Amino acid sequence: MTTFTELLLGGLSIGSVYALIALGFVVIFKATEVVNFAHASLLLAGGYITAVLHDDLGFWPALAVGIAGAAVVGSAVDFLVMRRYRGSDHSVLAIVTIGVDILLTTELTRLIGTDVMALGDPWGDRVVNLGEITIAQTRIAAFVAAALLITAFLLAFRYTSWGVAMRAAAENPQTAALMGVRLGRVSMSAWAVAGALAAVAALFLTVFPTPGLERATSLAALKAFPAAILGGLDSTTGALAGGLIVGVTESFATGYQSELTFLGGGIGDLAPYLVMLLVLLARPAGLFGTKELARV
Amino acid sequence: MSDTDRPGSAERAERVEAAKPSVPAPAGEAAKPSVPAPAGEAAVPAKAADAAPVPPGGTEPAKAASEAARPGRVAGVRQGPPWRRPRAYLWVALSLLLLALPFYLDRFWLQAGLFAMAAAIGAIGINLLTGATGQLSMGHAFFLAIGAYGYCVLAGGNDVESGHELAGLGLPTWLAAVLAVLLAGLAGGVFSPIAGRLRGAYLGIATLALIFVGQHVLFNARDLTGGFNGRSVPPLSLFGFEFDDSELLVAAVPFQSMEKLWYAALVALLVCGLFARGVLRSRPGRAMNALRDHRIAAGVMGVPVARYRAAVFVLSSMYAGLAGVLLALIFQRTVPEYFGMILSLEYLAMIVIGGLGTVAGAVVGAIFVSLLPQVLTRWSDALPLVSAPGTGGVSPGEASRYLYGAAVVAVVLFLPGGLTRLVPSPREKK
Repeated sequence: MTTFTELLLGGLSIGSVYALIALGFVVIFKATEVVNFAHASLLLAGGYITAVLHDDLGFWPALAVGIAGAAVVGSAVDFLVMRRYRGSDHSVLAIVTIGVDILLTTELTRLIGTDVMALGDPWGDRVVNLGEITIAQTRIAAFVAAALLITAFLLAFRYTSWGVAMRAAAENPQTAALMGVRLGRVSMSAWAVAGALAAVAALFLTVFPTPGLERATSLAALKAFPAAILGGLDSTTGALAGGLIVGVTESFATGYQSELTFLGGGIGDLAPYLVMLLVLLARPAGLFGTKELARV
Repeated sequence: MSDTDRPGSAERAERVEAAKPSVPAPAGEAAKPSVPAPAGEAAVPAKAADAAPVPPGGTEPAKAASEAARPGRVAGVRQGPPWRRPRAYLWVALSLLLLALPFYLDRFWLQAGLFAMAAAIGAIGINLLTGATGQLSMGHAFFLAIGAYGYCVLAGGNDVESGHELAGLGLPTWLAAVLAVLLAGLAGGVFSPIAGRLRGAYLGIATLALIFVGQHVLFNARDLTGGFNGRSVPPLSLFGFEFDDSELLVAAVPFQSMEKLWYAALVALLVCGLFARGVLRSRPGRAMNALRDHRIAAGVMGVPVARYRAAVFVLSSMYAGLAGVLLALIFQRTVPEYFGMILSLEYLAMIVIGGLGTVAGAVVGAIFVSLLPQVLTRWSDALPLVSAPGTGGVSPGEASRYLYGAAVVAVVLFLPGGLTRLVPSPREKK
């Protein structure tokens, strides 16, 4: 039972990190209808900036610079690339983000090389004991930070004028533009927010018990894709639910690996994708996605 | 292409799409245009859609209008007998060159060329799916792996390789190659409940799963795949002719596996290219383009949306399977890491750079993307910024990834339609 609870808590914590990434992904999709395949490289950029600067600046300023840096990279992608596209087909824009991803990932993995970079977080490998349950401080910090950020984001999305503009643009871009919403700013801010959230997620993907920032971190970040799509690409609730489902599944599959040996080693990395396929078989639009209805 | 005088429903759909693509056409209007257009006028927009399957995004109303305004291009008028057409000579020269190359090139370049041909076959497959039908797939590497490993398992015997026992059926190699392609198609069919329902980029994310499933199986099913070390590939033999390294002297040039495979790959590429061109230019091709441009209108016209999506997915996986078999034969050893995500991204880059939705685009893109690293490797010391792998600078592999990543972005933004649009096709010239 102790193992079960520990795995569940660990899964919820890592799941909330996936939810952060998936949330940024969904925000870009809602604001611009672009499926952003470059999201993992935004995350890697934020993590890399933090890892490089934390020795000189100290952890918190470095993290702030990393978050700002990822936001700048995100809005630069929007400004320099996405906005130059004149056509109207959004699946072509998805391919453009693949091109951007190839560029960014190649550059970042070349910079990282074979190193494993520490991010200099203050929690280290300390643990907290609650009765029989042992949980790492980093996991608690991840859960708290993700919950705070997600709440703040959802409140802003609902009540600030920025959030209203974003939702209006998602609902109907032409009408929103006629009402005075500046679509360029909306999409750029969406990319910036997504980058910032991804940078925070990068921190929590690389702290204890994972060794640090390395090439494979972008593979871990990819698990936010199944999280986003199984929740429904156009639903913020879906991103949260999807993130948690993916995190918990992964945690259990890794934790009970010894009993799942018939599936082969490393089944934990595969589990999120299998869950996604199962959900898509039953509900092609995802758990919370709006069913696509079209008036003809 | 003289089919403008028998307007089937698919052609009609094209016409409506070409004339006003961005307006979601009401079903009634699409099915029967209220004003019967004069024959000549109707022929021209249909022609615009004919001439080159218009890339997504290239179908702005302004463009269609300018195409329509260009007079005097009536379908079905050929430019005279083949010996009067300059393009025919170009084709003859190109095929002679391709046939002669194995007599002059060394093994390195032959392997690079073969590699490009195998990639071209795979790229044609994914272009049918992503370019012509608008269904993004990130799982192409998975089907390549099925082709490659399927061939190894079906053709290989029960060997012991590096201390590990490998299972194999020991079938005749030509049969194994055919079955491996069918196996890839079968795997595509198994995925069809998802491939038929999801559209565009959604399918792209769903197919990401295939890559990870594939990698997991390749590393874990050690009896079949040899695990981390991979497994060696039995050479192909066709009607008693062995495509192996035993030397065969042809016109005083020793023919080894690469030289022999060159011709097999050439034939395979030709057949695959012609078949795909046939698909794209006939009824299914029109239906696929209609699906890409306006799914609902296509459905209303009577195109079975889910069935078409699933069928194209299966066809594209079979192309990938054949490419996988060829790659295995060229490399003579299959290793699991090769069939990862980067390979899938490469195939997407190929079709975007070459041109979405056409066979020529796939081939040009495949040549560009697969020869780039080879060229950079061969001349890495002569190039600035590029250095040999492991010396700290930009390795040729990385340099080529920068180049084609940038090429993908640049082509989509500034050259919609890809490199093949730089050379106007004969039907587009005045």
